[in-house]
Amino acid sequence: MATSALEYGHATAAKRSVLVEWLTTVDHKKIGIMYGASAFIFFLIGGLEALVIRTQLMRPDNHLVTPDFYNQLFTMHGTTMIFLAVMPISAMFFNFFVPLLIGARDVAFPRLNAMSLWIFILGGLFLNFSFLLGAAPNGGWFGYAPLSSRMYAPGHNMDFWVIGLQILGVASLAAGVNFFTTILNMRARGMTLMRMPIFVWAVLVTQVLVLLSFPVITVALIYLMLDRTFGTSFFNLTANGDPMLWQHLFWVFGHPEVYILILPAFGIVSEILPVFARKPLFGYSAMVFSMAFIAFLGFGVWSHHMFATGMGPLADSFFSLATMLIAIPTGVKIFNWIGTLWGGSLQFKTPLYFALGFIAMFIMGGLSGVIHAVAPADLQQTDSYFVVAHFHYVLFGGSIFSLTAGAYYWWPKMFGKLLDEGLGKAHFWVMLAGFNLTFFPMHFVGLLGMPRRIYSYPAGLGFDTLNLLSTVGAFLLGSSFLIFSYNIIKTWRSGAQAPADPWNGATLEWSIPSPPQEWNFAVEPIVTEKDPLWGLKRAAGVKVLPEPPRVSGEGIHLPAPSWWPLIVSVGFLTFLVGIMVKHASAFPFGPISIAGFAITLYGIYKWAYEPVDGHAPTT
Amino acid sequence: MTTAALDLHAHDAGAHHTSMPVPSRKLAMWVFIASECMFFATLISTFVIYRDSHAKGPGPKDVFGVPLVTAGTAVLLFSSFFVVMALNGAQQGDRKKLLRWLSLTVLCGVFFVGMQVYEFTHFVTEKHLGYTTNLFASSFYTLTGFHGTHVAVGTLWLATLLKDAWKGRIPPAKALNLEIAALYWHFVDVVWIIIFPVVYLMSLGR
Repeated sequence: MATSALEYGHATAAKRSVLVEWLTTVDHKKIGIMYGASAFIFFLIGGLEALVIRTQLMRPDNHLVTPDFYNQLFTMHGTTMIFLAVMPISAMFFNFFVPLLIGARDVAFPRLNAMSLWIFILGGLFLNFSFLLGAAPNGGWFGYAPLSSRMYAPGHNMDFWVIGLQILGVASLAAGVNFFTTILNMRARGMTLMRMPIFVWAVLVTQVLVLLSFPVITVALIYLMLDRTFGTSFFNLTANGDPMLWQHLFWVFGHPEVYILILPAFGIVSEILPVFARKPLFGYSAMVFSMAFIAFLGFGVWSHHMFATGMGPLADSFFSLATMLIAIPTGVKIFNWIGTLWGGSLQFKTPLYFALGFIAMFIMGGLSGVIHAVAPADLQQTDSYFVVAHFHYVLFGGSIFSLTAGAYYWWPKMFGKLLDEGLGKAHFWVMLAGFNLTFFPMHFVGLLGMPRRIYSYPAGLGFDTLNLLSTVGAFLLGSSFLIFSYNIIKTWRSGAQAPADPWNGATLEWSIPSPPQEWNFAVEPIVTEKDPLWGLKRAAGVKVLPEPPRVSGEGIHLPAPSWWPLIVSVGFLTFLVGIMVKHASAFPFGPISIAGFAITLYGIYKWAYEPVDGHAPTT
Repeated sequence: MTTAALDLHAHDAGAHHTSMPVPSRKLAMWVFIASECMFFATLISTFVIYRDSHAKGPGPKDVFGVPLVTAGTAVLLFSSFFVVMALNGAQQGDRKKLLRWLSLTVLCGVFFVGMQVYEFTHFVTEKHLGYTTNLFASSFYTLTGFHGTHVAVGTLWLATLLKDAWKGRIPPAKALNLEIAALYWHFVDVVWIIIFPVVYLMSLGR
């Protein structure tokens, strides 16, 4: 790689304005930062929606918001947290760290990577733009047809949802192809598959799930769009359409999606625990195979979301058993995490706090999950707050705790400054307390019979105190992120400069300066074992390697920046918006969609013929 | 650190080192194809579920004509062979061979899309099978329409490469450009080989 052809002049690069530089960048680190920044903003918006929901449910017979706006709130809260927060925050880590962890200078397709970012950002803005029109999606994050068909959901609300998800799906699929190829093909010399950092394995398995599950929701969304826009009857009961088809297609995607949200979190925690326990990950290969097994089983359990539809005893038994099987590889992972900690010399830094919080909270979410696997029990719990408690324990207690751990762990590498430890620990304790106060009472209120997605409830059903507790907890939980935001600002202004290797890390990213230079590795690393940096330190007989010098980068070749990823993304968005706006007329494509199509096609051609020299085409 | 454990897959082929013995762009196309399999699997399953839903309007036996579609199938099958010959020409640096077989491939693509346009028009105007007439129609048109779109995209792609080849821009070192397009083309062909029996023959033979 070091000797390939293209080098874009750093003199010209210096002349570009900062804005142009970020709009045209193909650097995986800048793209990662943009993923993280935009996803954090969406995360705060989704959190704000949650706080309004909790305020509405604070006391019985409350009328803070209208019922329809309440529907918009919970739909957008779910959609935002899944597609605009957890997935892209994970994508931030994929982007920034996969190339660093495997010893590469960039991803396999840098421009495609930029396109994924822009499509994601535009899709997120598009979805949230609906609030300004007072027409945010209101049919739930699962968009059950025919409730989401035009007959029951007139107006543009669900159009925004259908088109928005379609846009975001394209971003995920493009990133899936990119990262799968990057991990298989861009590893440093000597880094065999079984020497890869465990986080990279988690990303690889996640991309397999993305690649095989997103096409299914793509087709389901196409059907729903056709039903809504062109008058087909795929899910229309009166014309022999089958609403069960939507549920099956949605959950064939939806359940793997759950693992798309949690596997990267597994990977991050599995990176953090060894570093802060000062011993290698316990049972590395068991961890790898259990992730693969979870992904495999993840495609055979979708109907446990549909026990209440009456599929019959055979299907119910099959999906019950398959779901219970997943507890086995998951249990393997939990025991291996504990095994990693066992006998270790624990360094109680903030990342470890969050990682331990993850293990405890995820176990609780996992236990209520096993209860749901029993079909008869699930019939009592389905669509109640018990389910809300369960999936927040795995998605917030699991994914968000782990992603936060990752943020504290990798912040010094990304920005060259260490987040404040005291504030970090305050963040942890407030978040842990707020989280449990919010969601633990939901188990009880659910078993008492409170349905989810309900706008209000009458007094005297035993829901009152528990809901009030949840609301107080939610505000506590929200305030923990104010502490985090303050920590970020404080660190930005006056944080301690981070050394290259602040935690005594085991993986390649800690061998280069913080933040990394544009080309990542001045010399391409050669890997001869797992935990390569620990091996290097052991061989040198030192605890900390000398600070790596910042080099000039003379003669290092990087892919050139490009406008086309952004232009293609804008064209694609325009095309789909055109279809949405045009829905009333007989001919599906109006001038807007035709213009969008033309921009996309033109952009793809310019992209294909743009001279890239160095990067891909010669291999 | 032991030095004996160097990865044997890492080959020294100069400029670009890849961990697997396959170029990244080709690997990416295989990955994309895996994803597309799920896309078409979903469309085909839906058709199988809905092919008997034609209480209103015509059903499969009223509209499907085997000879025309068989011709289309044959053309698509041959085009897979043609593109292999074109690739062979590109790899050998035989410009004439490349141009000859690649033009034939593009022609096949155009013929297939034309066949489908004719078929759809015929169904709509003569057989009164509109897009929303019944669910058999909707799922049939959606499935074959998306396949046809894939053929159209492939034809456009191969035509672009034909223009490149005409200008002498596909020397043997760049034959990979054609190989990747050919990989996609074979995939689109394979999907049709499933659609032809499942959609046409099995709907008629029941």
